[in-house]
Amino acid sequence: MTDESPDTRSAVLPSGAGKSETAPAGIDRRGFLKCLGVAGAALMVGPAPARAATTGGEEPYGVLVDTTRCVGCRACEAACAEANGLPTAELDDDHVYDTRRLTSEKQWTVVNRYATDRGEVFAKKQCMHCVHPACSSACLTRAMYKTPDGPVVWRENKCMGCRFCMVSCPFDVPKFEYASAVPRIQKCKLCAERVRAGKLPACVEVCPAGALTFGRRNALLVEAHRRIADQPDLYIPQIYGEQDVGGTSWMYLASVPFEQLGFRTDLGTTPYPDLTKEFLYGVPVALLTVPAFLLAVSTAVRGATEAKAHEVPHESDARSSASA
Amino acid sequence: MNPMRDPARPRRAPGQLLRFVASELKPRRPYFTLFNVISVPVILLTVVLLVIRFTYGLGSITNLSQEYPWGLWIGFDVITGVAFAGGAYILTFLVYILRLEKYHPIVRITVLNGFLAYVFYAGALLLDLGRPWNVINPIIGNSFGVSSVLFLVAWHFLLYMTAAFLEFAPAVAEWLGLRRVRRVLNTLTLGAVIFGITLSLLHQSGLGALYLMAKGKVHPLWYSEFIPILFFVSSIFAGLSLVIVEGTISRRVFRTRMSREHHASHDDIVLGLGRICAGTLFVYLALKVLEILHGREVHLLATPMGAWYLLEVVGFVAVPLVLYTIGVRRRAFRIITVAAVLALVGIVLNRLNVSVIAFKWYEAVRYVPSWQEVMVTLGVVFSEIWVFRWIVNRMPVVSPAPAWAEAQDTRRPVLGYRGVSREA
Repeated sequence: MTDESPDTRSAVLPSGAGKSETAPAGIDRRGFLKCLGVAGAALMVGPAPARAATTGGEEPYGVLVDTTRCVGCRACEAACAEANGLPTAELDDDHVYDTRRLTSEKQWTVVNRYATDRGEVFAKKQCMHCVHPACSSACLTRAMYKTPDGPVVWRENKCMGCRFCMVSCPFDVPKFEYASAVPRIQKCKLCAERVRAGKLPACVEVCPAGALTFGRRNALLVEAHRRIADQPDLYIPQIYGEQDVGGTSWMYLASVPFEQLGFRTDLGTTPYPDLTKEFLYGVPVALLTVPAFLLAVSTAVRGATEAKAHEVPHESDARSSASA
Repeated sequence: MNPMRDPARPRRAPGQLLRFVASELKPRRPYFTLFNVISVPVILLTVVLLVIRFTYGLGSITNLSQEYPWGLWIGFDVITGVAFAGGAYILTFLVYILRLEKYHPIVRITVLNGFLAYVFYAGALLLDLGRPWNVINPIIGNSFGVSSVLFLVAWHFLLYMTAAFLEFAPAVAEWLGLRRVRRVLNTLTLGAVIFGITLSLLHQSGLGALYLMAKGKVHPLWYSEFIPILFFVSSIFAGLSLVIVEGTISRRVFRTRMSREHHASHDDIVLGLGRICAGTLFVYLALKVLEILHGREVHLLATPMGAWYLLEVVGFVAVPLVLYTIGVRRRAFRIITVAAVLALVGIVLNRLNVSVIAFKWYEAVRYVPSWQEVMVTLGVVFSEIWVFRWIVNRMPVVSPAPAWAEAQDTRRPVLGYRGVSREA
């Protein structure tokens, strides 16, 4: 990878310069997370040490959504539809804000209007591109796949359509084409192809309000913390997605508690794949030990019954020695 | 009388074997029985519905939605069906591992039932898959999603079906008169049993583990990190309760085919199974109570969902536990049967609660299965019963094994299946 990190909209982010040329492809997740934590901590001090700290692997790309800047123009919806060949969004119709809309298989991002303590606030929703995605760990064909760059993408030739990703996703993001005989799972893919080509995601590129900032996740966190520190009256001191479900690549800043913007704040900070990890660790243990135990029991019992069977016909007093 | 029972009969040529199978395919009983009159239209309708489903997509006949990706087909057919099939691994454990000869007469019919349940109910998973042509991906190894519980469950289904078939295969060999094959198959039985029990333990709990990542979607009264253990423990009494209920029905339907030994031992077997059910129900109830206390969810019992939870746990866990205990003490078989039916209803409730009813209980628009989904489910159940009946009426399942098979077993005592003997 030699492409320069795409321009970011509102801040000069230090990540582009700190890229490692030799990031191993199959880096262990946990090690990666550790690096990420170190990198995040290091970045609080300055960009220079982050370079050293991230040699284990690259930071995933992400987007910082500043809901205090969103004006609700829905240009991102239109750009998303165009970039992904989805039905065009009707931008003139303001009635869309009368109801709470959800993303769908034909609309991968939606902007909703929320009545909050601080008046009307708009919030864009799409796939959060978790650092440890539940959907990809749920996928038995590895169709849901987190690319090393960060986007979580769906691979058509692998998916069997079981919809376990939908059951597992804490944000209910993956959508299924129920009306098709050849259904696909549809969701935001963080414009993975565009990002690979060095371009910005379509929604970020088009946003006229500067509400969306694209960059490496650790750099986005630095930027987010800086904004909170600069304007403590404007922002609540919390970044949605920094810790939630173990961290997400899309992160949010807001002026009101996140529940008021339709976010689930009860999801905890445990990465979702960890919820099944213990069970899955138990599987090879059981596969090795249970058969051995059963064979031992079976052999022990056979010894007893056969001894009995041989001795009983001769004399009844032999029965007492059968247990020996 | 089946001509193959004659031990002196010479070995059949391949052509004769085919002709024999062809003759066996013909129906043996009257066409117009109540079951046939109901089941045949349902199965035909199911076929039509499935054609529509595979032509126009899942949305054409199901009420599944973006909010409820799994409905009746997964919640009942697969998750409940597999719990009901748990009798097979418990029975093989009792007979082949603990060598409790008492349960020998029902081991074949239970294994057959379990095997067919897996073929049909786990097979119903294919109907629910959006892209079933990719179902081989996790099997042939181009896409091993080893971090997925569903990957584990899918593999275990497949392997368990193989193990269960091997456990039952000697009966097929006896039916076809394949002596050498039977001898080889019999040597495989213990291995298949050990493997099958291990797999069952893992995928029965694995079905519960599927919902571990649905944290926040399954109502806290049903969600717990112990859900795999609860699913495993409940599969024991679910499977055995089905054996009890199915046994009382089979005794009527297959009366003429049943060996005298089978009839004579029935009461004793039911009492034993009832005792195991009472024991595991007690363990299950205790785990349920501990889970609520441990999770500090007692206050949730005062909500509408709490009332629904209490109905499940009191009405269909505690009550069958009491009834089983009373029934076994008094040797009251009718009470035991009632207990078994209640326990089965409790399992249906529990599995549907986790997968459908308490799943996203907060959603404004709830999932209710369409009539087509119910019809297809019935179609799957009826098809299974058809195949089950066909096999029991032809192969030595409840009837005694052919004399040559018994002779084989006396010559060389086998670890595996000992045919139901003719003498009472």
